[in-house]
Amino acid sequence: MSLLPYLIAGWVFLVGVHGIATSRNLIHAVGCLAVTQSSTYVLLLAVGYRKGATAPVFSDLPVDAPVVDPVVQALALTDVVVGATVTALLLALVVQTAKRHGTVDPDELSELKG
Amino acid sequence: MTRRLRLWVLTAGLLATAALYVAACTDLPAFGGSWHPYGDRAVRAALQQHTANAVSSVNFDQRAFDTLGEETVLFSSVLGTVVLLRRTRGEKRVAPGPAEVPAALRRYGLLVLPVTLLIGLYVIAHGQLSPGGGFQGGVVVATSLHLLYIAVDYKALERIRPLGLFELADGTGEAAYILLGAAGLIAGSAYLANTLPLGTFNTLSSGGTVPLLNAAVGVEVTSAVVVLLAHFLGQALEIESEDGAKDGGREA
Amino acid sequence: MHDALIVVVLLLVAAAATGAVLQRDPARQAVVLSALGLTLAVLFTVLQAPDVGLAQLAVGSAVTPLMILLTVRKVRRKGRRE
Repeated sequence: MSLLPYLIAGWVFLVGVHGIATSRNLIHAVGCLAVTQSSTYVLLLAVGYRKGATAPVFSDLPVDAPVVDPVVQALALTDVVVGATVTALLLALVVQTAKRHGTVDPDELSELKG
Repeated sequence: MTRRLRLWVLTAGLLATAALYVAACTDLPAFGGSWHPYGDRAVRAALQQHTANAVSSVNFDQRAFDTLGEETVLFSSVLGTVVLLRRTRGEKRVAPGPAEVPAALRRYGLLVLPVTLLIGLYVIAHGQLSPGGGFQGGVVVATSLHLLYIAVDYKALERIRPLGLFELADGTGEAAYILLGAAGLIAGSAYLANTLPLGTFNTLSSGGTVPLLNAAVGVEVTSAVVVLLAHFLGQALEIESEDGAKDGGREA
Repeated sequence: MHDALIVVVLLLVAAAATGAVLQRDPARQAVVLSALGLTLAVLFTVLQAPDVGLAQLAVGSAVTPLMILLTVRKVRRKGRRE
């Protein structure tokens, strides 16, 4: 149990990377990148978790209550939203690629270049 | 490189990464442990700054400069997307016709839209008090507007979404954040330092600059998501290549 | 009890992530990604991170899949040249 969350984060990361590397469709590759990205959130929040503690929001908690780590949460939170806009940028590139070359298969695209 | 060879290189890399990662994990502090030196200090600082939501305090006060960086990434990727998805030479806009929407869906959508919008605004406004803030609330507000596309049609969505205004708001949000940071300099302290009166703990006006920076982020994220979805919708529904024969373009 | 819940949700996340990668059709992948976003949001809430859970719910289960679906539509409309 004490290792499982870290291992799951690692699994999600490796599965995502495998998907990107073997993808035959750029849209699918961007989706796999989103999966890879989410592994970092799992790892960060797993590092910050504290057994028996509550969320770090003190609006209805005594100030000395045990809470989980807010720093890692802040890191993950901004990246969730910013990551989505980066995904949008990548998808826009895919749209452009499809317009220019008429395909979104990375293998066909590298053949076009050579 | 052949496909087969590539697969071998990939497998070797993944296995090596997995081995190193697992070895590293065994040295991490155990999951759920009570040793959180950074967390403890951040919580203490958040309470000192009268900010009930410690996560917002980290984002908009203790690490506000880091958030400026994140915001800039957000702003520039929106900018890049807008440039990439603009209508280019040899393309034309074809307005999609009105759509038939089942009455039940229409009624439900029009009922849920204002509720979702209100929840989004509430989440932004209470960022320093309860879970939420500009990042989360901004996405909720932006998506709530798109319920109109589902409930009525694309034309109705376009009418409540003056794109130029949202693009302007996106820049304004980013600029407001930078200028609020400069307020710290004017007050004789560091850039993005929390120099405003901290207010009473657990009220809307508590936290000094936190609610203001939070609002700036809310405006920027809302308009960023609206602008992004508008350009993707435009590409998927409206923009067609003028030379239909060359691209085999039109959908049946 | 709470530990068991964390384990179950973690396994669900791993399964959804694997499914999202294995689903090679991008339109269907978007649906699986949406499910992954939902399980991640539940995981973050269980790990006492409601702030992140809220963001993940809005972004992961709605905005990202929607953008992928719109890209698929655009690319298919374009790619029909034969």
